[in-house]
Amino acid sequence: ELLPEEEKENARSVRIPKSRILTLPELRANPFQHRICRVFSTSEDGDDSMSFEDFLDMLSVFSDSATSEIKSHYAFRIFDFDDDGTLDKKDLENLVNCLTGQSEESRLNSAEMEQLIQNILEESDIDKDGTINLSEFQHVISRSPDFASSFKIVL
Amino acid sequence: VNQESLENLFMNLTTLRTQEFQQADIKYLSGWNQWKRSSRKSWKKVFDEAKEVLSYLELWRHDIHSIEGKFGTGIQSYFSFLRFLVLLNFVIFTLMFSFVTLPSIISKYGIFNSSFDEIPAKKPHCTVYTPSGNKGLIYFYTYPKDLLSGTGFLEMTSLFYGYYTIDAAWISIFRYNLPLAYLLTTFAYLALSLLWIIKRSVEGFKQNLVHDEDQFQSYCNKVFAGWDFCITDLNAARLKHRSLQYELKTDLEEERLKQKIADRTMKDKLRIYSLRIFLNIIVLAVLSGCFYSIYRATVFSQGNISNVTNLLVQYLPSIVITLANFIAPQIFSVLIRLEDYSPAFEIRLTLMRCVFVRLANIGVLLFSLWSQISYCATEKCKACGYNYELYPCWESQVGQEMYKLLIFDFIIIVAVTLFVDFPRKLLVTYCSCKPVQWCGLQEFGISDNVLEIIYGQTICWIGTFYSPLLPAIATMKYFIVFYIKKISLIHTRKPSARPIRASSSNFFFLVVLLIGLVLAFIPLGISIAHIPSSKACGPFRNFNTSWAVVPHTILGFPTGLQKVLYGIASEAFAVPFFMVICLVMFYFIALAGAHKRVVEQLREQLVMESRDKLFLIRKITEAQKHT
Repeated sequence: ELLPEEEKENARSVRIPKSRILTLPELRANPFQHRICRVFSTSEDGDDSMSFEDFLDMLSVFSDSATSEIKSHYAFRIFDFDDDGTLDKKDLENLVNCLTGQSEESRLNSAEMEQLIQNILEESDIDKDGTINLSEFQHVISRSPDFASSFKIVL
Repeated sequence: VNQESLENLFMNLTTLRTQEFQQADIKYLSGWNQWKRSSRKSWKKVFDEAKEVLSYLELWRHDIHSIEGKFGTGIQSYFSFLRFLVLLNFVIFTLMFSFVTLPSIISKYGIFNSSFDEIPAKKPHCTVYTPSGNKGLIYFYTYPKDLLSGTGFLEMTSLFYGYYTIDAAWISIFRYNLPLAYLLTTFAYLALSLLWIIKRSVEGFKQNLVHDEDQFQSYCNKVFAGWDFCITDLNAARLKHRSLQYELKTDLEEERLKQKIADRTMKDKLRIYSLRIFLNIIVLAVLSGCFYSIYRATVFSQGNISNVTNLLVQYLPSIVITLANFIAPQIFSVLIRLEDYSPAFEIRLTLMRCVFVRLANIGVLLFSLWSQISYCATEKCKACGYNYELYPCWESQVGQEMYKLLIFDFIIIVAVTLFVDFPRKLLVTYCSCKPVQWCGLQEFGISDNVLEIIYGQTICWIGTFYSPLLPAIATMKYFIVFYIKKISLIHTRKPSARPIRASSSNFFFLVVLLIGLVLAFIPLGISIAHIPSSKACGPFRNFNTSWAVVPHTILGFPTGLQKVLYGIASEAFAVPFFMVICLVMFYFIALAGAHKRVVEQLREQLVMESRDKLFLIRKITEAQKHT
């Protein structure tokens, strides 16, 4: 229950602050929680609060019935940590660190990170410019069998 | 914000948005196209709603969702597989029951004015069959003993082959050919299982064919699709982080190892290959040891079959098989470390060896049973074709062995959960001494559990021919095993550090199940077509072998139909048919190759296009600089 009782009537227009969104069980354990709030929030203040529409947008993208194209589009925006429209080395490094955990000993060391990023770019960077753009990302995702089953949230 | 209203609201929003796009096109279509479009939409709506209602009827939907949320998709695929087996067994049971058991029961009890024919047999000395029913003084302990070993009162029930001693059943005025029905139902359930498994594995096969060729984009897959967004529990999330880190590290290490292998010298290679040959010989020795001990145990148990009072002797083959299934994989996992393969290949090879051990053990058991049954010393015995004194109704005996295997498998699963998992959990929770904490809780070994249930399913497939109600027992067994495994998983296990991917694991389970099914075909085929059926009981008394009922029936068809059937079975038809199948296969292989080449070309075109774009941008900036 994210909304307090008295605000239920204007549920459609109220914006819920980010801290309360992050208490949802589905997001609380997710390492991409901040990026998800940033991507789906349409607030002009940049405080990442979400309205009901934003919330529904988020749920519909993560639902079973969203197409692979929609999911990959939003996944690209979530993984793009610096919001520059491409996934460069810094973004990939952030992504891998999110996946392996936030503490110091769970990160890969720099040699392994370098090797991993080289491998990722080799597999997905078609035009060899050192970054992954949206169409390259969507091409990789379309070949990935696990993406549809992992990129979903079930309430 | 409760779930119902939320789902309604967001479905409305998405339909609104799609409708907005579609409204724009509708104005330009004629009346007929509009009607087609609107009828298609309403059909689609009806279809979607029906699918949603059906999904609520799905067995264990909520349980499997919660397991997926807490433990990830790898373990969830095991439980979905278990559910699939429950359904498969239930369908097989329905098939056998409605076509074989029901007519027999109806005709034996004379319901609907029915009766049955029992033609007197030709060779009188083979037909003496007195199942040791319940005659005379019965001790109270005989009932549970009979229940566990399938003898006594159980032997005469419809559970075993011996009950179906009916040559034709007359239900009201219709003549129901029970022997033919028995045989055809057997083929039907085998074919049904085959088709269902193939249908389920087609999806996974498509993915695997594309991806297994080269370790295609495995890194991208792990990084972009690695995080399971279904995880809601903080502990599970922590474990997922650790498993992802472990997986990435092993992959990187394996790449470095591959480089090392490529740099091996000739001397190193010779040493390693000779070591591998030696270790494979040890593996073969272990396998032959297992097979020999199963053979001896079966011979011993069958030799003392008259001394029915001792349950241990009865269950000796099952005990030996379970021990072999437990010890052999341990030995294999030790040996494989010495063989110095890459980690992924190690896992696959150990799994293949374990699968082979488990399935071959059943084969050896059946083979030793048959060698006992067809062992004939006297002339009289040879006339019958099997040892009629010891095995007057040998199909029932084989059915009893399969029944015992199934029951024992179930007992072992329950006993291991109760007497190993829970005490271990209690020990780890309450005793804080070093060695106990170092042992820790056991992981949920997905492949071990899957091999266990596939082993049970193979027994069920083979045993259903000899014991038509066996699938019902298997359904109940897997039903209970689901709950036992779920409780054991939640309370006594830690999730494994080495995760298995959902897509490849689904395909792997189905491939191994298919291997089990094919291995079940072999003993059944030999038994039906080659071994003389017993003359004292069962529907095939008056035929030489169980298969003989089919030619007999065909002889009763009109001559035209007979000629057609003989034509299909002859070489004149089979060879051209085989050639056409080969041609079709070559066509598809060529098509797949051509598609792959097209994909390669398109990739190159994409590269070219981006280079063109860069070139044009450079030209534009240069031109802008000049103006």
